[in-house]
Amino acid sequence: MEYFFELILGGLTRGSIYALIALGYTMVYGIVELINFAHGEIYMIGAFTALIFTSVLTLLGFNEIAVIVLASLLAVIYSSAYGYTVEKIAYKPLRNAPRLSPLISAIGMSIFLQNYVLLAQTSDFLPFPNLIPEFEFIKPYRHIIGSPEIIILLTTSIAMVLLTFLIKFTRIGKAMRATAQDRNMAMLVGVNVNRVISITFIIGSALAALGGVLIASHVGQINFYIGFIAGIKAFTAAVLGGIGSIPGAVLGALVLGLTESFATGYVSSDYEDVFAFGLLVLILIFRPAGILGRAAAQKV
Amino acid sequence: MSFRDDKIQEIKKSLLVSIWFMFLTFPIMVIRVNPIEKAVEWRWENMLVVGIGSFLLSFVWRYMLKKKEAGEKRAEIGESGNTFLIQKILEEPRFCIPLLITLTIIAVAFPFIFSMYQTNIMTTALMYVVLGLGLNIVVGLAGLLDLGYVAFYAVGAYCYALLNHHFGLGFWSVLPIGAVLGFIFGILLGFPVLRLRGDYLAIVTLGFGEIIRLVLENWNEFSFGPSGIANIDRPAFWDFQFSLQNATIYLYFLMIGLTLFTIFVVNRLQNSRIGRAWIALREDETACQAMGIDKTRTKLTAFALGATWAGMVGVIFAAKTTFINPASFTFLESAMILSIVVLGGMGSILGVIIGALILILLPEYLRVFSDYRMLLFGAIMVIMMVFRPQGIITNIRRRYKFNE
Repeated sequence: MEYFFELILGGLTRGSIYALIALGYTMVYGIVELINFAHGEIYMIGAFTALIFTSVLTLLGFNEIAVIVLASLLAVIYSSAYGYTVEKIAYKPLRNAPRLSPLISAIGMSIFLQNYVLLAQTSDFLPFPNLIPEFEFIKPYRHIIGSPEIIILLTTSIAMVLLTFLIKFTRIGKAMRATAQDRNMAMLVGVNVNRVISITFIIGSALAALGGVLIASHVGQINFYIGFIAGIKAFTAAVLGGIGSIPGAVLGALVLGLTESFATGYVSSDYEDVFAFGLLVLILIFRPAGILGRAAAQKV
Repeated sequence: MSFRDDKIQEIKKSLLVSIWFMFLTFPIMVIRVNPIEKAVEWRWENMLVVGIGSFLLSFVWRYMLKKKEAGEKRAEIGESGNTFLIQKILEEPRFCIPLLITLTIIAVAFPFIFSMYQTNIMTTALMYVVLGLGLNIVVGLAGLLDLGYVAFYAVGAYCYALLNHHFGLGFWSVLPIGAVLGFIFGILLGFPVLRLRGDYLAIVTLGFGEIIRLVLENWNEFSFGPSGIANIDRPAFWDFQFSLQNATIYLYFLMIGLTLFTIFVVNRLQNSRIGRAWIALREDETACQAMGIDKTRTKLTAFALGATWAGMVGVIFAAKTTFINPASFTFLESAMILSIVVLGGMGSILGVIIGALILILLPEYLRVFSDYRMLLFGAIMVIMMVFRPQGIITNIRRRYKFNE
């Protein structure tokens, strides 16, 4: 029974991290109807930036808390900057192109960013310092739950609540919803569509960077290729929950995390990724709209 | 605004871009940490390179964007778009026939003039030509973005390797089996994804490709796992086994033959009933159905016929390298074949051939590039999509002109 709870907790933690990345996918898809293939790479760059700044700041003699806060902050800033730039270069000129073009461009961007990090940094796995502090009050319950799990679950919940609030109740959120419904109409009523899309990419990338820092400290190592698998899985999560829907992305991510956790726990850990991909294929075949999504009629 | 002010504005813009990129690439390009030795390496010279590079490139970028916009405007008025020099030469029969004759002579004489190493590279390039032409059916003609194309390639390669390992079957008997297996797997993948549109389809095919690779990697009893299968027989001529050098030449001519056969078949397919159905499907699925085209059959044949070539080339790949393992069939391989199709021009046979030769031969001969190979592939995909989505060679569509 204890093993069962362990698997549930592991699945929830895993799922929460997928959720942070999946939120970015789902937001971008909701607004520009584009699978941002490079999103996984943004997450990877976030993790790398955090690692680099942690080492530099530690050498400069900052204390531990300052290092954690500053490195995470810089990772978020840099990832947002990358997300913004990627959008400007690879997607903005293709706003009115056929659907296939931005998708191919996104794949190209993803390959480019992977190899950029590979060439500028290293192809080896780098050890990642544990940035998540140990809480005193959790020590007695160590065998059930550790502080990384708590931090990860908390961060994801807060991010989701804030994001929902942002989209439902703020001015920019309203503009986002308008752009998602009908881009031309939004433009006509005076929404600065380009700005809205840029902000969407920035928010999505910031969340991905948070996910990158958290998962890297949890797993303990990174390399240039982590973004690919994480990106695909987060995308699976987004589709699972219904792409374009924010609670859907979180729900899908948790379902995916639990599935993977149980599959590796009870079946075989060799086929971990096969389960994720298999789930994706099955969902798309039987319920392409996802758990919470509504099937949209195709516009002719 | 005067001309001078314009210039100053341009330079200001480029300076801003340059500063932005220096900021952006600062952590990744300048700092390199070694967490084990706790050492940090600062590479400030990289920042200078990025600064100057992005300053210059931003001029080129804006110039090309402007040119593209101008081109679009001209196309709206009705003037014909810009064509590349190669295309103009090929349309002229005066140049076309001598060019073909020279190409034939070069192709035949190639393995006897150049070394075995060169012949090998050429064979690889030809393999990618066929793979590109196969993928071109799916992506270029039918407009179905298939990101798991390498799975069919793996199916072919493993088909030959396993049949050869267990039953000692020869190359020639497996080649058609590989093609048929590719065809069957194409249909197997095609069935579930029939209902999916563009981007979902891309992701499912990607997932399918990864599943095949992961199964090959983990199912040790079947595929011998990550260590792969070695000592696969080279192709023989009836019962006659060649020496290593002759086998290379033999494979080269075999590839030339297969390439010609592929070009012939794809060309015939393109102008057939089914080929036009594919193009109609690519342009508009709903309209295509309304015209009475069977969507299911059209999509399935595209997948199956595309996969057939991958299966065949897979068999040849196994025979050529005599050793295969799952590492040869990653997503990057699919991406590479896709960038061949994208660079060459989706739907254009000649374009795909030129694209494959450029992308495979260039990194081989310019060693400087070989490190930056994948970086270039990625950049090419983005740049081509932004500035020239139709590829190097525009696929010329038949038009009927109404002469008054």
